[in-house]
Amino acid sequence: MAINYTYFNYEIIRNYDRCINCRVCERQCSNEVHRFDEEHNIMVSDETKCVNCQRCVTLCPTRALKIVKTNNEFRENANWSGKAIYKIYRQATSGGVLLSSMGNPEPYPIYFDKMLLNASQVTNPSIDPLREPMETKVFLGAKPTEIKRDKDGKLINNLSPHLKLEVPMMFSAMSYGSISYNAHKSLAMAAKSLGIYYNTGEGGLHEDFYKYGANTIVQVASGRFGVHKQFLDSGAAIEIKIGQGAKPGIGGHLPGTKIMGDVSKTRMIPEGSDAISPAPHHDIYSIEDLRQLVYSLKTATNFKKPVIIKIAAVHNISAICSGIARSGADIIAIDGFRGGTGAAPTRIRDNVGIPIELALASVDQRLRDEGIRDNVSLVVAGSIRNSADVVKAIALGADAVYIGTAALLALGCHLCRDCQSGKCNWGIATQDPELVKRLNPEIGYKRLINLINAWQHEIKEMIGGMGINSIESLRGNRLMLRGIGLTQKELDILGIKHAGE
Amino acid sequence: MQREGEIRIPSGCAISAIFSKGNKKVQGADMIKSIAVMHERSNGLGGGFAGYGIYPDYADCYAFHIFYDDKISKKTCEEFLEEHFDIINLSKIPTTNIPEITNKPLIWRYFVKPLSIKLTDSQLDEKEFVSRCVFRINTRLTGTYIFSSGKNMGVFKAVGYPEDVGRFYRLDDYEGYSFTAHGRYPTNTPGWWGGAHPFALLDYSVVHNGEISSYDANRRAIEMYGYKCTLQTDTEVITYIFDYLHRKKHLTLDEIAKVIAAPFWQTIEKMEPNEARTCEYLRNAFSSQLITGPFSIIVGFENGLMALNDRLKLRSMVVGEKDDMVYIASEEAAIRVIQKDLDKIWSPRGGEPVILLREDK
Amino acid sequence: MKRVYVNEEWCLGCHLCEYYCTFANSNMTNMAELRNMIIRPNIRVEENNKISFAVSCRHCTDPLCVKSCLTNALSKKDGVISIDKDKCIGCFTCIVSCPYGAISVSANDIAQKCELCTNNSNTSPLCVQKCPNGAIVYEER
Repeated sequence: MAINYTYFNYEIIRNYDRCINCRVCERQCSNEVHRFDEEHNIMVSDETKCVNCQRCVTLCPTRALKIVKTNNEFRENANWSGKAIYKIYRQATSGGVLLSSMGNPEPYPIYFDKMLLNASQVTNPSIDPLREPMETKVFLGAKPTEIKRDKDGKLINNLSPHLKLEVPMMFSAMSYGSISYNAHKSLAMAAKSLGIYYNTGEGGLHEDFYKYGANTIVQVASGRFGVHKQFLDSGAAIEIKIGQGAKPGIGGHLPGTKIMGDVSKTRMIPEGSDAISPAPHHDIYSIEDLRQLVYSLKTATNFKKPVIIKIAAVHNISAICSGIARSGADIIAIDGFRGGTGAAPTRIRDNVGIPIELALASVDQRLRDEGIRDNVSLVVAGSIRNSADVVKAIALGADAVYIGTAALLALGCHLCRDCQSGKCNWGIATQDPELVKRLNPEIGYKRLINLINAWQHEIKEMIGGMGINSIESLRGNRLMLRGIGLTQKELDILGIKHAGE
Repeated sequence: MQREGEIRIPSGCAISAIFSKGNKKVQGADMIKSIAVMHERSNGLGGGFAGYGIYPDYADCYAFHIFYDDKISKKTCEEFLEEHFDIINLSKIPTTNIPEITNKPLIWRYFVKPLSIKLTDSQLDEKEFVSRCVFRINTRLTGTYIFSSGKNMGVFKAVGYPEDVGRFYRLDDYEGYSFTAHGRYPTNTPGWWGGAHPFALLDYSVVHNGEISSYDANRRAIEMYGYKCTLQTDTEVITYIFDYLHRKKHLTLDEIAKVIAAPFWQTIEKMEPNEARTCEYLRNAFSSQLITGPFSIIVGFENGLMALNDRLKLRSMVVGEKDDMVYIASEEAAIRVIQKDLDKIWSPRGGEPVILLREDK
Repeated sequence: MKRVYVNEEWCLGCHLCEYYCTFANSNMTNMAELRNMIIRPNIRVEENNKISFAVSCRHCTDPLCVKSCLTNALSKKDGVISIDKDKCIGCFTCIVSCPYGAISVSANDIAQKCELCTNNSNTSPLCVQKCPNGAIVYEER
């Protein structure tokens, strides 16, 4: 090949006064960037291979390393940025679809950062979470339409199957195959300890994890990977994945190189074959087909488990949810356009779908307008970055949230977005046993527990400040939000007033 | 300046109630005496009363109390009433002009029964029919507001100190088996009589001291069931929640208390299993009707009264008993002024309902 | 008694334990001073193919090194086996006797071994604190 059109993104700055030639950077880089030059007794780095995963920087005992964005630049051009130009070069070289990992990184507006929360003063006292009970327990499922009593007049429990969460947060779907065995183990152990749930994603459920079944949501996606009767029976709930926020309209993609050993066995497909999920479920071409599948799954599990429908946030999300709420599903999970992924076509990830804040607000309002909000619980995702986002999401109308990227960050992910290579240096998005080793579930699950506990505490502080001591009184309580720097149209869609009103 | 209903106005207040469990009658004059003692809790921007058993001659008619801005609104409303109801009697509500009460609207009273043809056509039961008509009038007709719509009961309210409102409406002339009273301390000038308390729908009336943090969550849930929160007040949404849980869902009063002032999970864990299961079921099925934030409410209904404080007891409430009379108020002084010696006086715990029912009913 | 144990399923062969051990037993305040030095750690990574494992003194209940020491420089106190630097003559009989190869030659030609960081300013073994993957633990078994 004649000319290499693509310059590398990062430069590795090594402070030679600090480097002690311990070679940990060389040993720990799966991209083989660093090398010890024996002859000259010095570490050398090949920055063309660096993906900025920060592994070497984090492990270096003398803090001798730093990764910076290269300042080799094209001439300034507000329309044709360097990024845009390089993408053209890549496609002219490869002729292929651009693939990216993790969520949409483009500078679209983040509505969570444009909403402010209330606090109580004078007319209504704020509540102190240190000294008073502050409740974050939620139930996910349909509310009963009528009350039934037995012959003694006592209430009969006629609730349909529910999920009970100690805090309104769950771990989002990430398939075994896209992430490692150890990552799944960390999520399962943390979910069990916290009294919440994690999601298998579309890769099936490894038999070692059946023991965490009471805290597992099993997913049935369009490829039906790993779906068999035992799989359905083992979880606490079944999620039908229609779409995900990162790539609405298309299915999951796992290259054949990652489909080995246990991954292949769990997915029930031959080793080495690419696992490309079909775009639609081929038995769901319309809303009545969905209803049929919901009831098939319920029948197969004796009506003992709630069914969740996961969809991506798209333009007519309200109408879709209105249909789903009448289809027999118990919970609707909506994934906004910032949702993460192991691999997705770049153009779809960056241009398809709408923000979760707007989707949630309009779905919640539409379901209430039609009087069917009680038929389903709403879970939102894509992207929930902190406890304030959780509080704002619940105030807009959500019952609970799913966190994906945040959970991976707790496990050590540094968002280098190179997952599709399978060489994740943190042991998360890889199936290479040498790399998977790097994520010790005994350490990982504790970090997840720390994250959720920290967020739960912050949530208690924030709702206590609003004078609320049970999270159910925050749900849909739009008067607790005010917008700032939003247009009237945005305020109308979110159903909130502007700060100052 | 925005009218109440266009903007939400939080307020602090005073409440009081007198209930006769037996045959003795409660005098309107006593109710005024009680609420007057708590003058400092109000700021003169709202006061009102609800009386039960005050219209024994029209006991099976619905007594509509209506505010009109002008004669044209009155005419439009009466046309609607005539299409849907048999108007047995109508008159202005008797009032006395006093300088403390100004900006009076037209205040009229109608004793009505639903027109049987209209009722049959609607395929609704009588109470649902009446409540829907009330909502229709209050949301669609301008310049008209029905502020009381129960049988053998009535609400009397205005902008002013409650003792002045009582004098204005000549409350001394009324007697019944139950009275509630309210004095308001809003943090803005509403200027509109409809916003004062009590709030009433059918025979449910609510007086409330507090400001609920869960207001918008409660409102957006209750509006799904056909209610329209036009006033944006806590009292309105509490009344609708009560109507929904009691009349439509047929929950007992005890169960209603377990929904709106649900025990904490840490309390439920210590209960014996059957009770714990019931509480968990109610908290799950009616999670949108949980009320958080300080409140102290007295709910009047046919032949009964229920008083309830929020779980953290952030507002005062005192209950006194003497023979078969029961007195409830924000302050003990308001009880002692009408009944100096009491058999018993106590403060109910947060979340613990005080349920009073007439003995022979 | 607590000892240093290595769970080999989590050892990544990163060798950081060796550098931290050297640093712990030196008089340095800044780890960058290790530049251009040959390190002499008391914990060493053994690796072959894809398996790696760090080895350090087992503080045996019946220590062969103590038995072999000509000058009684090696002794056991509260379960921890340590070397008295003033008594050690550098005969290296202990190095030969230790079945784990846990004793090595120090910079000034006497014997050195892991003493569970009881002989330096660390409150607990530094290799345990700094292992990035929780492979090295300090516990009773």
